[in-house]
Amino acid sequence: MESAKKGKTQSKQPPRHPLDDWLRTDRMPHIWCPGCGIGTAFSACLSAMAATGLPKENFVMVSGIGCSARGAGYANVDSYHTTHGRAIPFATGLKLANPDLNVVVFSGDGDLFAIGGNHFIHAARRNVDLTVVCVNNYNYGMTGGQVAATTPHLAKTTTTPRGNPENPFNIPLLAFAAGAAYVARWTMLHARDLMDSIEEALKKPGFSFIEVLSPCPINYGRRNKEKALDTLHIYQEQTIIKNGAHPAELEGRQDGKIVLGKFWDVAKPSCNELYEKTCRPDFGKDHAA
Amino acid sequence: MKLWRVPLDAGHVKVTRGIVHVIEDRCKGCGYCIEYCPTHILGFSKHYNKKGYHPPQILNPDGCVHCRYCEIICPEFAIYSVEAPKPDTQPEE
Amino acid sequence: MEPAVLTGTHYMTGDEACAEGALAAGCLFFGGYPITPATEVAERMAERLPGVGGVFIQMEDEIAAMASIAGASCAGVKSMTSTSGPGFSLMMENLGLAIVTETPCVVVNVQRAGPSTGLPTQGAQGDMYQARWGSHGHYEIIALAPASAQDIFYQTIRAFNLSEKYRTPVLVMTDEVIGHMSERVVIPRAEEITVFNRPRAKGRKDRFKPFEPGPLGVPPMAIAGEGYNIHVTGLTHDERGYPVMSVDCQREMMARLIGKIQNNLDDIIEVEGYLLDDAEIVLISYGVSARTSRAAADEAREMGCKVGFLRLATVWPFPEKHIRELAQRVKGFITVEINFGQIHREVERAVQGKAPCFLAGHCGGTVISPDAVLDIIRREF
Ligand SMILES: Cc1ncc(C[n+]2csc(CCOP(=O)(O)OP(=O)(O)O)c2C)c(N)n1
Ligand code: SF4
Ligand code: SF4
Ligand code: SF4
Ligand SMILES: [Mg+2]
Repeated sequence: MESAKKGKTQSKQPPRHPLDDWLRTDRMPHIWCPGCGIGTAFSACLSAMAATGLPKENFVMVSGIGCSARGAGYANVDSYHTTHGRAIPFATGLKLANPDLNVVVFSGDGDLFAIGGNHFIHAARRNVDLTVVCVNNYNYGMTGGQVAATTPHLAKTTTTPRGNPENPFNIPLLAFAAGAAYVARWTMLHARDLMDSIEEALKKPGFSFIEVLSPCPINYGRRNKEKALDTLHIYQEQTIIKNGAHPAELEGRQDGKIVLGKFWDVAKPSCNELYEKTCRPDFGKDHAA
Repeated sequence: MKLWRVPLDAGHVKVTRGIVHVIEDRCKGCGYCIEYCPTHILGFSKHYNKKGYHPPQILNPDGCVHCRYCEIICPEFAIYSVEAPKPDTQPEE
Repeated sequence: MEPAVLTGTHYMTGDEACAEGALAAGCLFFGGYPITPATEVAERMAERLPGVGGVFIQMEDEIAAMASIAGASCAGVKSMTSTSGPGFSLMMENLGLAIVTETPCVVVNVQRAGPSTGLPTQGAQGDMYQARWGSHGHYEIIALAPASAQDIFYQTIRAFNLSEKYRTPVLVMTDEVIGHMSERVVIPRAEEITVFNRPRAKGRKDRFKPFEPGPLGVPPMAIAGEGYNIHVTGLTHDERGYPVMSVDCQREMMARLIGKIQNNLDDIIEVEGYLLDDAEIVLISYGVSARTSRAAADEAREMGCKVGFLRLATVWPFPEKHIRELAQRVKGFITVEINFGQIHREVERAVQGKAPCFLAGHCGGTVISPDAVLDIIRREF
């Protein structure tokens, strides 16, 4: 019998993590800083992909540019690390060209909602069959911690040294208003809910969006007096799960709490389906593109 | 099989036990697994891994309930738990 | 199913002929954004693609259009977009992505007079340097310049074939005049059209390296969903496709990306000579200006001047060798183009002072008249 002795952690076999099949293990350890939450969000995403039971070769991961967007580089599936903000239109091309692919977009808040905001709303409007996972760390981690479209009012970043004068997006509301079929928000601490949510989203046709709050201790945390564990404690103590809450009610905090949950989940025909029906009704399913 | 009476050792077998593995060189010492293990059986080890971090060690192996939370919270794919064979059940053959 | 190849004799605009060329080459995905004078390419594709089993999508902007065609190509489908100056500017970053990730696709630029919004409905050839250097970093690019509706049909097919063969985006640099001009276009039978498809990955999936060069320096391409688990990134990468942030890796990657074009110039470059055998003065031009040059050469011959003409059907990579050879034996060159001297500079560079070089060019908005060329001949020779 294998046994873990006190103080010793190694068994004889080189240990194999349950997600190793889904990971480019030859690229581990990854570049994310100690305490960065991206790894946890990414792990939940891979677990969810595995849990769907769908064929692995049909999964494609697409990322833009940023710390979070390095995700594509670590997923052991066909993976595309594109340009800043453009993961969604790239993924749209992939999905429309081959509807059999399960396309996951894994990227950051800056990537998806600042430079890529226009693409996000249009993909949601078209209901492109994508699962978009946004790691929201309230700032631009990769470039050293500048203000983002998600940075809370008055928070400090390198480009808001006096505090952020602007207000952030309520991104679930944005996704909902633009036409997404599925909208949820979790934190990386709620890893199990997050996993279940991503799995549900992956199985669902149409545009699914999951926001994951995640610590960036190095750039955001440091300037806002939050150590990595402090951020996790906030996620634990200052959140409340309200499935079905209307996205318009998620602005800022409610009774001092950040609202989490699955906010929206409706069935509606995806972009591919609508194209087939409208533009090539006679074409059938056995097509090249 | 439907039981017509609750076995005397029900409480004992119901608790799944886990064996925790650490892939030490992947660990970056964030301490999330240690902080959020529900049974508080993990702690930092004294030694350093290749990257210069203290990976977690298992302070009380028998206390692991195989909830796998350490596995899913770890940002580094550095820790996981496998279900321990049930001590009280014999192999069928 | 409708036929992809509309065999027969047609009367159509350059933009329409461009779309037909794309379909004949096997294009099944168009991601675009409307802009004069390129809109008709998109409209034709929107009409035709569903019937041949393809997908047309009007994206939210040209950045998205370019990204979408790169994505579609990675899914194994021949893809294209069309635009004009302002949209071409927006495509530049993702054009670079397609270059460095070796993603075949075709970008048509129906040029209009710039800068900025310029003269939206009037032709020019001012984007030739942008075509060469518009995306950041140093790279090689293939750009073709059709001179008639018939030629745009042919050059669009060639653009797809080169993009597939060399796994690189290819630009079709046409202009408003060619795009909007209706002309006779003869479309041959499908069997008579040579269509090239990208080299594809084969062999063991666990050992496949997506950027290991094959013949011609071009890596066979794995398509998303085939099970090769490839990684593709715009970062400097090694043969596995993994990012490596080192000068050595950059050097190796760049050498191959540049090499696959530079080592195959004879295959990529197409030029057309006219009355060159005894020519003393050579007109160099491309696109609509080639028509000016041909007329000017004819008129000059009538005047008794030995004028010949070299049309650059491939503008980038620049047909330097052809011009260098001519420079050994002719008295001078005149580059005819609708700008203030873009290709003219390249000609000067190739000629290396061996003969005088002149420019018949202007600000854009109209074609260059043969008289402008003849004036230079009279004045300078
Ligand atoms: C066109 C362009 N502009 C700017 C950059 C620089 N840049 C790289 S990542 C990034 C921000 C990333 O922020 P986010 O998407 O939130 O990702 P994070 O690093 O926080 O995970 C920026 C501005 C770039 N790569 N490309
Ligand atoms: S900079 Fe921030 S977001 Fe980026 S890896 Fe480090 S902690 Fe994570
Ligand atoms: S599996 Fe659960 S109980 Fe066991 S070490 Fe991990 S977190 Fe603790
Ligand atoms: S959560 Fe992972 S990285 Fe953090 S201390 Fe535990 S094993 Fe190490
Ligand atoms: Mg961010």
